[in-house]
Amino acid sequence: MGYQGHFRVWRGSDEGGGLEDFTVEVNEGEVVLDVIHRLQATQTPDLAVRWNCKAGKCGSCSAEINGKPRLLCMTRMSVFAEDETVTVTPMRTFPVIRDLVTDVSYNYQKAREIPAFKPPAGVAPGEYRMQQVDVERSQEFRKCIECFLCNNTCHVIRDHEENKESFAGPRFLMRVAELEMHPLDQADRVQEAQSSHGLGLCNITKCCTEVCPEHIKITDNALIPMKERVADRRYDPIVWLGNKLFRNKS
Amino acid sequence: MRAQIAQRTLRTDRWWLPPLATFAGLLLISIYAAVRTFMGDHYWVDEYRYLTPMYSPCLTEECLPNAAHFGRLLPELPGFLTPPVIIIPFLLGFRVTCYYYRKAYYRAAWMSPPACAVAEPHAKYTGETRFPLIAQNLHRYFFYAASLLLLINVYDAFYAFSTGIGLGNIVLLVNVGLLAAYTLSCHSCRHIAGGRLKHFSKHPVRYWAWTQISKLNAKHMQLAWASLIFVCVTDLYVALVASGTIADLRFVN
Repeated sequence: MGYQGHFRVWRGSDEGGGLEDFTVEVNEGEVVLDVIHRLQATQTPDLAVRWNCKAGKCGSCSAEINGKPRLLCMTRMSVFAEDETVTVTPMRTFPVIRDLVTDVSYNYQKAREIPAFKPPAGVAPGEYRMQQVDVERSQEFRKCIECFLCNNTCHVIRDHEENKESFAGPRFLMRVAELEMHPLDQADRVQEAQSSHGLGLCNITKCCTEVCPEHIKITDNALIPMKERVADRRYDPIVWLGNKLFRNKS
Repeated sequence: MRAQIAQRTLRTDRWWLPPLATFAGLLLISIYAAVRTFMGDHYWVDEYRYLTPMYSPCLTEECLPNAAHFGRLLPELPGFLTPPVIIIPFLLGFRVTCYYYRKAYYRAAWMSPPACAVAEPHAKYTGETRFPLIAQNLHRYFFYAASLLLLINVYDAFYAFSTGIGLGNIVLLVNVGLLAAYTLSCHSCRHIAGGRLKHFSKHPVRYWAWTQISKLNAKHMQLAWASLIFVCVTDLYVALVASGTIADLRFVN
């Protein structure tokens, strides 16, 4: 059975804007993106929203629903009471372009700053050989759909714009972890994670994990293991001594 | 330019409840632990050889002779100081630098952030890049120390069986079980056991250990709270029996 739902949608651009109220039809089985599309079709033809797959796999429709960073296409209307006002706003951490659409180029910039996979010398593509158990950890991180909800919710940059320059955000620290754990990657990722990508700024409050629509254990499986690797390298004199005594000889 | 939204958060759920509950829980336990630490009494039941984990090992001159399982190796402490002040820095250090507790108190006490997508009140943020928070990287040393203290707690629990079996023995045993599960599930332990390897296939035993610890690690938060609360329950039970407030329920002897 359908009903008339109350929506508050942020409308505006980088020059300003605000929340506007709408009453719009909601039908059984719909998600928030369906209702936003109905708003476009019936009341606000110029409402800007970025979307693509409607299946939680393209990462395009990231926004904030009742203050929580979520995908519009994966948020069922059935989780809200019929008399509840549903507030939809753009992601707060990134510059707004218009209405619900933000400029996420910060993320592409950070992606470019991470050196690519570095295979062993003399091993060409097609000659990579590795065990399944060795690549499983990295494969979890490949589930990422690049919705950037983790970077959006991370308070390091959400509440402190000035940290954007030095902090890659959970998405790209996870990329560093993916490469660091890759059995064939030869680059030194640990030093870079701390000095260039701002791992030390992360205080592991786990919001990135909470909002991940792919349920990747970003904090436990990527960020904390990277912090432990940094501790190995920088803060553990026993490991340092072991490396001096044994690794140099070999 | 970001979207101009004046509200600190638009969340409509009770986001403030988990940090409030965490703060209240940690505060209550801290007060209890402080009171018991500086009480300096009712930590040993001579008849049944129960020693509270808060006073184990008891190493200073003021320890009751039978409670000092490893001897009174250290001189008497000055002023109001009591035997636990020797070990508490290590136990507290392990909990304070624990990855779960960091999340808990950064959110609940420091509000950095109080909850996801709720703006924090601080104007500046440097995370764990500077003193004193850079010291969080010492977690693994506290893990080593806490593991040693755990072994001593295990010894105490089994030593108490030498006079028979009572409810106190069961309490001490459950306590060391929970402490062992919490210690083993630690992220540093997971890393040391196998997480730091790049090639699991070359180290099957360490890979097996890592997979088992990973299962425990998924419950680290629950184990952190269960072990913390049960240490207090154990201490309270020993204190009540030691002070004669209640009698130990004996099953054997």
